[in-house]
Amino acid sequence: MSSHADISAPFEPERGGLAACPACAVAPSAQSIAALAAGQGANIMLSLPSAHCAACISTVETTLMQEKGVKAARLNLTQRRVLIETDTGVTAAQMIAALARAGYEAFELNPDMLSSTQTEKVSRDLAMRLGVAFFSMMNVMLLSVAVWSGGDGATRDLFHWISALIAIPTVAFSGRPFFASAARSLAAGRLGMDVPISLALILATAISLYETTQGGHHAYFDAAVMLCFFLLLGRYLDHRTRAIARSAAHELAALEVPRATVLLKGTTEAVRPISQVGLGDIVRVRPGGRMPVDGVVIAGHSEIDRSLLTGESLPSFAGVGTQVLAGEVNLTGPLDISVQATGRETALHRMADLVAMAENAKTRYTSLAERAAAWYSPLVHLLSFAAFGVWLWITQGDLRYAINISAAVLIITCPCALGLAVPAVVTAASGRLFRAGLLIKNGTALERLAEVDVVVLDKTGTLTMGAPVLVNSTGHPDTVLRMAMALAAASLHPLAQSLHMAAQARGITAAHVTDIAEVAGYGIEGRYQGKTLRLGRADWVGAEAMDVTATYLRWGDLTYAFAFEDRLRPGVMQAMATFAAMGKTVHLISGDSPGPVAAMAQKLGITHWQAGALPQDKAQLIAELTAKGHRVLMVGDGLNDTAALAAAHVSISPASALDAARVASDIVLLGADMGPIADALRIAVQARRRILENFALSIGYNIIAVPLALVGLATPLAAALAMSLSSITVSLNALRLK
Amino acid sequence: MNILVYLIPISLLLGGFGLGFFFWAMKTRQFDDPEGSAARILRKDWDDRPQD
Repeated sequence: MSSHADISAPFEPERGGLAACPACAVAPSAQSIAALAAGQGANIMLSLPSAHCAACISTVETTLMQEKGVKAARLNLTQRRVLIETDTGVTAAQMIAALARAGYEAFELNPDMLSSTQTEKVSRDLAMRLGVAFFSMMNVMLLSVAVWSGGDGATRDLFHWISALIAIPTVAFSGRPFFASAARSLAAGRLGMDVPISLALILATAISLYETTQGGHHAYFDAAVMLCFFLLLGRYLDHRTRAIARSAAHELAALEVPRATVLLKGTTEAVRPISQVGLGDIVRVRPGGRMPVDGVVIAGHSEIDRSLLTGESLPSFAGVGTQVLAGEVNLTGPLDISVQATGRETALHRMADLVAMAENAKTRYTSLAERAAAWYSPLVHLLSFAAFGVWLWITQGDLRYAINISAAVLIITCPCALGLAVPAVVTAASGRLFRAGLLIKNGTALERLAEVDVVVLDKTGTLTMGAPVLVNSTGHPDTVLRMAMALAAASLHPLAQSLHMAAQARGITAAHVTDIAEVAGYGIEGRYQGKTLRLGRADWVGAEAMDVTATYLRWGDLTYAFAFEDRLRPGVMQAMATFAAMGKTVHLISGDSPGPVAAMAQKLGITHWQAGALPQDKAQLIAELTAKGHRVLMVGDGLNDTAALAAAHVSISPASALDAARVASDIVLLGADMGPIADALRIAVQARRRILENFALSIGYNIIAVPLALVGLATPLAAALAMSLSSITVSLNALRLK
Repeated sequence: MNILVYLIPISLLLGGFGLGFFFWAMKTRQFDDPEGSAARILRKDWDDRPQD
């Protein structure tokens, strides 16, 4: 069913044989470096998780075509990606903004990371073989039906010969994936699912050819090609799901297009791909930008948002000498950073590597299919050989008859339905989840998700959007808001912008404040009615700091505080309700201070919560729960969650999460809505039930058909009927998934 | 039964055509976006005349 060897660790990018150094694997191909460097030109690829209908195609493509410099835009609805051909000078950011105005959330993808040509080649190759097997199956079946319905003598022999002409090349061509995989597993000393499959294919073809030359009554050519077809179908579906999972991993790695602004000779700015930034280079990070490297600040001061790394919701100050880490967001002033580590050397990537090791150490989950294959293959061989021996003894050495029986047993027991049982369900389920906005990165994630009984949630960025909203605007007189608004309009700081928006929403116009200047890292200053007006950090303004995210206003001797709260992700309430209905225990764990965490826990009705948690504490909680026999689902987005994500039985992270967190998790939530997580749990449980039902179905067929084959009553007609009926029932059962 | 001499080659030939078209469709990447293709035929954008 699934060959184990090719499940590479999900974090490792697929490398060509050329990657000799770590940087080579990260470095984009030479031809695209130029385009990447400027972040423009040629092709831009965006991920559009919310596109889903015919109208979306029209809206998205028309919107993009109206943008200047766009030559062509095509939305791939299956992959939810849009490929835009542009003139040079057009950036992805413009496209994302245009789509945002049209109401679509878009993320930039790195097209280089997506050129997974190898997987695609294999998938096309399988499809070709599948097509050939289908063509042969139909033709051979046509001839076989004629034989079954009474053709005999010369007609039967002729039809058998024509069948042989079609079937033998087909089995040789279409059966190759099975033969190759069987040879591999035999060489490794294992008895995989492909060994009995190959044996059945070869034996059925050989015995039929022999019977044909002897003018015999029974030929199994139809069974051989039908086996080929159904098994290839299962293999194809399996491969597709895995290819999608793998390309999902790539897509996510591609979400952060690595670029940095480098200062050349201390003055000229140049945009470079991150792979070309070296130690000691000076990198400039503008307000709103994310640190591309680890380093130390050598010029400028600002505030930085560390929430993705630590879960802290309050921004912290950064000035000359402050150590910054890749992944942190610069909020107010431009910072020049002397590079101490780039790419794989950054704290962020080292963390990801640690996670990778933790994952490798974790005993690999054996899927239902693997468990089934483990006892199935030996049993099939044993049955077939037993039948051969017994019939050889009964018929006193009639080799031809004994081989015929044992071939019939192999054909009947061949895991047609079993080979389809899991892939069909997994394909149906992951298709449904993808439409709901979830990407399954790991093949066994669904099965593991079905076993979960405890849900552990992170707060900042997971339950919340990571964007602050003013909560006490009604607590201040309009005059205060007018002053604050005037200052806030001058800054890009998220708190200032949120404050400005809140004031705008109340229909307030800004006061006439003069001499407005932003003091990077502290706040904004101005003059109003002859007195100095300041909006910013508590210590700078001279106000008493509160326990919650807040900004402070001082006018003369008066101080005012504006408190902010992170907005809840849509669908959180619905997800919590579903968790409760399904009887899951929910834990909340966050690196944030106790105030906001307690408030959140109370709001959502979560009784188990923990604040101020370090990354180790989170992993510790997961370990404790696991030790108690629980199966834990971890949902988190920050770097501080990665260890916990890797340690959990199954993990989910939102697309807005940091690279490392997405790499560590099994499933990625594409949109902003939390609701699909609840759906995923429900679908996973259902999918598991369908898989087990399918196993039961195919075992049922075998229980009826195998005794027939053993006593020598299985005609090619009976074999064909059993095979097609069981395959069709399991496929239909898989489609029942709602 | 002489009719079989014609019928069998014809049926194989027709099936072969089908297979050939399948290969062609694979080569020209017609299966890259099945969902999109299904949705695209329902759009009104290019109904009046073929797209240039």
